[in-house]
Amino acid sequence: MVEDTVMNNTAKEAILQRIRAALGDEQTGWGARKKSAREDTRNLKTERGYRTHSEMNKQQRVRLFVRHVEEYKARVSEISEQELPQTVADICSAEKVEKLVIPPGLDEKWLPGPESGLTYLSDEPDQLSHDELDNSDAVLTGCFRAVAQTGTIVLNAGLGQGRRALTLIPDFHICVVRREQVTGIVPEVFWELEPVIREEGAPVTFISGPSATSDIELDRVEGVHGPRRLHVVIV
Amino acid sequence: MASSQTGIQPPFEKTARSFLENTQLRGNLGHATRTIRDKRQGVVDEMPDWEELREAGRQIKQKVMQNLDHYLLQLEESVTGAGGVVHWARDAAEANRIILDLIKERGETEAVKVKSLTTDEIGLNKALEKEDILALETDLAELIVQMAGDEPSHILVPAIHKNRTEIRDLFREKLGKPDLTDNPAELTEAARRYLRKKFLSANIGISGSNFAVAETGTVAVVESEGNGRMCTTLPQTLISVLGIEKIIPTWQDLEVFMQLLPRSSTAERMNPYNTFWTGTTDGDGPQEFHLVLLDNGRTRVLADPAGRDTLHCIRCSACLNVCPVYERTGGHAYHSVYPGPIGAILTPQLRGLSDKSAASLPYASSLCGACYEVCPVKINIPEILVHLRGRVVRHNKSRGGIRGRVNPERLGMKLLAWTLRSRSRYERAQKVARKGQRWFMHDEVISKLPGMLSGWTDKRDLRPVPEQTFREWWRTRS
Ligand code: SF4
Repeated sequence: MVEDTVMNNTAKEAILQRIRAALGDEQTGWGARKKSAREDTRNLKTERGYRTHSEMNKQQRVRLFVRHVEEYKARVSEISEQELPQTVADICSAEKVEKLVIPPGLDEKWLPGPESGLTYLSDEPDQLSHDELDNSDAVLTGCFRAVAQTGTIVLNAGLGQGRRALTLIPDFHICVVRREQVTGIVPEVFWELEPVIREEGAPVTFISGPSATSDIELDRVEGVHGPRRLHVVIV
Repeated sequence: MASSQTGIQPPFEKTARSFLENTQLRGNLGHATRTIRDKRQGVVDEMPDWEELREAGRQIKQKVMQNLDHYLLQLEESVTGAGGVVHWARDAAEANRIILDLIKERGETEAVKVKSLTTDEIGLNKALEKEDILALETDLAELIVQMAGDEPSHILVPAIHKNRTEIRDLFREKLGKPDLTDNPAELTEAARRYLRKKFLSANIGISGSNFAVAETGTVAVVESEGNGRMCTTLPQTLISVLGIEKIIPTWQDLEVFMQLLPRSSTAERMNPYNTFWTGTTDGDGPQEFHLVLLDNGRTRVLADPAGRDTLHCIRCSACLNVCPVYERTGGHAYHSVYPGPIGAILTPQLRGLSDKSAASLPYASSLCGACYEVCPVKINIPEILVHLRGRVVRHNKSRGGIRGRVNPERLGMKLLAWTLRSRSRYERAQKVARKGQRWFMHDEVISKLPGMLSGWTDKRDLRPVPEQTFREWWRTRS
């Protein structure tokens, strides 16, 4: 272990030294660069001439989001929040879902009652095993944000979303997005994620349509490793 | 030393010839590059601020290269602070050794792995195999390539050289499923089932990474299939290899690349899955995270101010898809995990010009400039190609005036010999030679190119011509 550390430090010093030599720190005369001049370049502001905000209103954002999600061949429903339990029950019965995974912190008002015949698999107090998740039929979650420009759902493992495995192993993901959670363009969601990353270092996942491959003669086949079906419910 | 791909590699033009004879491969590749190319144009045209994004991307990368030492130290600190462990590797052997030790210390013999050019570059799978550790490739295409004991031919679609019947036969044999048909959906399903078992029980995951944020320690994997999520989420221990040039300063900078990369790469507004993780998180995902920072020739690239921009590459593969030379000669001809225009400038710089195969690569281009136009971070590939050709010539001269195997005249002779072996070939070649002369005398630009390129076009014409000859194509461009 001590040896490893020594090795690692040697490699580290060597690489740093190579970089400094490559950038001309150690030369003299022509071609030599002052280290301070390099440091100045670090403080240069990147010209961000690209759009950082969109002009779309809420209605436009939601429309665009729906259009893009549908292009990925994910399903979309738009309903009011009161209709959620019924919609979830309908989706589950149509897709033959019996065992539904529920992340911690999910709003219980979203869930269909016992008449739906659904079995809920909860991730607390004990975490579900990989096999339990594999044997489930679907997972129901909320999200952190959605992005209209790209049809992306953003998860940050927050309340009502659960740890990453919950939205990865089950074959069917039902994701509830509130209309006000739909942002316009990509930079806006990065801006909103910044405090989440800085303060909690939470894992973030972007989902843009179900898993896909075009690896066999470029024929797109939906559903390789991630959930094969995605249903977005907008409330 | 700079690469695991030791041993003598044949120069570009030699393999290009055998590729030109393989109609299946050319068909697949032509279809693929055209499809992606058209789609890409569509999603790029959607973006009114595409040029501003490219410029921001270029500036960010330039800043990184100017201060690479600083950002690496910052990244080390932030990753460590977030619960990860950082390792430094000067070359491929060192990186492989670090990873091998990590796996052995945990008593494991198998790892699930997500496609990564960087781990291909260091020859990780082979290095692990030697010590009886299986790094199982989990991308569909990579699995196909791994099962066939082959080499990937396209950054993005590595199995593009295999058709569905070949894949069916491979799966029938290796997955023990004699009844499989060649329907892509059915083939995908067979692979899914096989790999799923592996994912759920794996203890070690191995990945590359597309970006790492110095400021926060966040590492990003961008993918389509979901195996990246599987590998970075389910195993207890995650080992990621990061080429030191992949670093970016701030979280905000990611917004630039997360717009540039998907549209340039798979021609999507956003690729299906992106995973961003910051060290480790209690109760979620791997509880151990190791980040291996890899040099392996990158500092050598950095040392040449005229070639340095090569390190800006975000491996989108847009330049491959627009490259006429790549489309007609195939990925394998580049003898490197980095094919196409980017490979032609990156490989010789990573490996150094004493590597004859690598030194032939700067000539594998017609300098048409299409690659520069599409590059999302504005790498001026043609300019760097010309610069490297100059370096190759100087390098060879300094070796006692013998220009070795990159000697264009010598190659011309070899080709002639090959042509003369068959009468029909010879007759066609004569025609070509006549045209070729005219071509060389009248075209100022082309006459400056070394004989290698003419050798390539000769080969081109020895085959039946499907769409457009190189020269026809050249005229429409130049
Ligand atoms: S050189 Fe540019 S276009 Fe080519 S792969 Fe790299 S980033 Fe993409």
